[in-house]
Amino acid sequence: MPSYVNPEKCDGCKALDKTACQHICPNDLMVLNKAIEKAYNREPEMCWECYNCVKICPQGAIEIRGYADFVPLGATVTPMRGSDAIMWTIKFRNGTIKRFKFPIRTTPEGSAVPNGGFGGGDADLNSPALFTEPASLGLPAVATLKK
Amino acid sequence: MENFETKVVTTDLLILGGGMAACGAAVEASYWAKKHGLKVVMVDKAATDRSGAVAMGLSAINQYIGLKDGQNTLEDYVKYVRNDLMGVTREDLVANIARHVDSTVHLFEKWGLPIWKDKNGAYVHEGRWQLMINGESYKVVVAEAAKNALKEANGELYERVFIVGPLMDGDRVAGAYGFSVRKNEFYVFKAKAVLVAMGGAVHVFKPRSSGEGLGRAWYPPWNSGSSAYFTIAAGAEMTCQEVRFIPVRFKDAYGPVGAWFLLFKSRATNGLGEDYMVTRKPELEKWLPYGHVKPVPANLRNWLGMLDVMEGKGPIYMRTEEAIANLAKALPDPVEQKKKLKELEAEAWEDFLDMTISQALLWAATNVSPEEKPSEIAAAEPYFIGSHSGASGAWVSGPEDLQTPQTKNEYFWGYAHMSTVKGLFCAGDASGASSHKFSSGSHAEGRIAAKAAIKFIVENNTQPNVDMALVEKLKAETLAPLALFEAESKKTTDPNINPAYIRPKMYMFRLQKIMDEYAGGVTSQFKTSKALLEKGLELIALLKEDAKKLAAEDLHELMRCWENYHRTWQAEAHIRTILFREETRWPGYYFRADCPSMKDEWYCFANCKYDPKNGQWTMLKRPIYKIVAD
Repeated sequence: MPSYVNPEKCDGCKALDKTACQHICPNDLMVLNKAIEKAYNREPEMCWECYNCVKICPQGAIEIRGYADFVPLGATVTPMRGSDAIMWTIKFRNGTIKRFKFPIRTTPEGSAVPNGGFGGGDADLNSPALFTEPASLGLPAVATLKK
Repeated sequence: MENFETKVVTTDLLILGGGMAACGAAVEASYWAKKHGLKVVMVDKAATDRSGAVAMGLSAINQYIGLKDGQNTLEDYVKYVRNDLMGVTREDLVANIARHVDSTVHLFEKWGLPIWKDKNGAYVHEGRWQLMINGESYKVVVAEAAKNALKEANGELYERVFIVGPLMDGDRVAGAYGFSVRKNEFYVFKAKAVLVAMGGAVHVFKPRSSGEGLGRAWYPPWNSGSSAYFTIAAGAEMTCQEVRFIPVRFKDAYGPVGAWFLLFKSRATNGLGEDYMVTRKPELEKWLPYGHVKPVPANLRNWLGMLDVMEGKGPIYMRTEEAIANLAKALPDPVEQKKKLKELEAEAWEDFLDMTISQALLWAATNVSPEEKPSEIAAAEPYFIGSHSGASGAWVSGPEDLQTPQTKNEYFWGYAHMSTVKGLFCAGDASGASSHKFSSGSHAEGRIAAKAAIKFIVENNTQPNVDMALVEKLKAETLAPLALFEAESKKTTDPNINPAYIRPKMYMFRLQKIMDEYAGGVTSQFKTSKALLEKGLELIALLKEDAKKLAAEDLHELMRCWENYHRTWQAEAHIRTILFREETRWPGYYFRADCPSMKDEWYCFANCKYDPKNGQWTMLKRPIYKIVAD
C-alpha cells in the first residue's frame, strides 16, 4: 500500500470542509471510511507515490511504504512542506539519515498575477502575439522563421 | 439505481483537462474572453493544484530556447526535433510552440517558480534546451495563475468531473458530457469551441511491475487516453499514432536520468563495462541520416542499449560513481572539492525528490551511495505522450504566418492548433507531430490554441445545437456500468467473479496483455509484425464488445470503466497505424520484424481517421514538408 494512514493521527479532517487527502489525490485513491472517520488508499496498486496526500495532511498521518514488489523494507522518505520551502528526511535501510531543504516558490501563496506584470501588448486576435507578448518574450516582436 | 441529476452548463469556450496545457489555455483564454465578453469553463477530473503529469513536480524545464539572449534560434530547435523523430515532424507546429515557450517560462518565474541562476543571474542549463528548477510546486504555481485568471474573467472551474466523450452538431463540436466522481451528477457542457488537453495514455501496455508497483508508471497512471478517445470519437484525423515513447530511466522506480546524463556527464555501460554508444556505433549507419545526428535520437540510443540487453549483456548501468569521480577530479583544491561534492549530492537527490520520490525511496531502501556504485537503468514500457519524444495526437492546423506556398494547403485550415473537426482545438499530449514541447511547451501550446479558439468563437458566434434526446441516451450509456453491477453482482457469492460482467481492472489487464504480446510490449522486446498485429486487432475487437459489459460498484470504479474504454481506442489506433506503416523507423520504440528497415516511401505522416457514422477507419499518408532548410 504505497500511501498508508496512521489511525492514531488521522482525524478524518473533521475540522475541515473536506478531507484533505481525498481532495488532492490526482488518481482519486484516498477515501474516508465514514464508519470510523479514517482515510485509506482504496487502490494502492494505482498509486504513483506522488506524495501529495502526505504533503497536504494537516495531521501528518500519511506515510509511504515503497511498492512491495520491488522496494526492500526499512527505508522512509518524509517531507515537511512549508509555504516557501520543503524539508526532506531520508532514512536508509541501513539507518543512514540524509536531510535536504529546497525552495518551492519565490512568491507568497495565492499571489500569481496572470500577466506576470508584463503589460499586455497591443495584439489583437489576428496577431500571433499572445496576451503578454512581446513584453514577456524580451524581444521587440514574436519571432518568425527564415523561409 | 440511484437517480443522477443532469447538470447543463453552457459556455463559449470549454477547456477539457487541468494539466500544463489546460492551465496555459485558461490563462490565455481568460484574457481574450474578458476582452470579447465571452465565457470560459474548465473541467478537470482531479484537483487542479495537483493534476496532470506535473502533479508531483518536476526538476527541470525541458524546453527553453533562449531567443532573447541569442542562445539558439527557432531553426535550431526545429532541426533538433526533426532529427530526434527520424524526420517525422510538423515543423510549423514545432516552430510555433518554440517561438512562444520562452514567454511562458518567463511567466512561470514571475508567478513564483524558482529557476536556478548562476552568479551572473543567467538561467542554469541542464542541457542545451533544459533549465534546472526547484520544481516541487511547479504545478501549484501554474494552477494558481490559471485559477486567478479564470476568476478575473468570471470563468468557472469544475474539479472532479470526468469527461466521457464529445457532443457533436454535424461536423462541428458542440460540447462534452461526463459525470462527477463525487456526487450522483451527469454533466452536459455546451460550448462554441472545445479545447482538448486531457493528456496522453499510460497503462495501455503492460508495465514491467505488475504487482503493487503497477502504479509506478513513468508517466502518471491517471493519463488514460481521454484526449485520444475524445478526438477520435469526434471524427478528427489523428497523426503519429504509431509513435509511442519508451523512456530509459533508473530501473523500476523510473527516476529521471537527464541530470545524470546532461548535467553530471555520466556514461551508461553494460554488465561487461562496455559503453554501447561506442561498441554499437556501426549500427547507427543503418538509420541514416539520423544515425549521424548529434545528439543521437532518443529512439536510437534506446535501440543500442536494447541490442545489448537482447544479447544478454545486461544489466545496463548509469555510471554515477565514475561521473562523480570525474567531477571531483576537475577540482584539485580539497575544500572546493568537498563543497562541490556536497552540492552535487543535494542536486542528485533533489532531481528525484522533485519529480520521482519513489526513486529516492528505492535508493534509500537499497542503501545506494551514487559515489560508490552505479545504478541500473532500463527501457520502461511504451507510453503515448505527444509532448515528449513520442508524437501521437490529433492532426492540427498550423499558424498561417509560418506556412510556405508548399505547406499552406496541407498544414493550414483556418485556426492554429484546431483539429480537422470544426471548433475542436488540441494542446499538449492531445496534439500530434509536435514533439519535445514537454511541460513548458505544452503550456505555451495551450495558450496558442486558446487564443485561436477565442478567435474561432468570435468569427463563428453561434451556439451549436445539442440533441437532448441523444444526451439522454448517452447518460444511460455512461451510467450503464453502475446499473449492470447493481443488477447482477448479488447473483454470485463473490462480486469479482460473475459471468454477466467484467470489472475495469481485469478489463485493463486484458488490454495490456493483448498490447504486450501482439503490439510489441516489454515481454516481446518491443517487436511485432503484420501477423501479430492482425491477431491483436481481432482480440481488441472482442474486448471492445465486452466493454459494453463493464461493471462499476461506485463512482470511482465508473471512472475506471471509462478510462479503460478510452485506453482501448488509443490501443486500436496504435495497432492500426503500426500495421499501416510497413517499415521500421524508430527501432528503439518498436521494431516491425517483418519490415526491419527504414524505407523512403514511408517518409511521410501515417494518419488515421475514424468515422463515427459508419464505424470505419481510414488510413492515409500525408506528406512531410520541411520549412527549415537542412
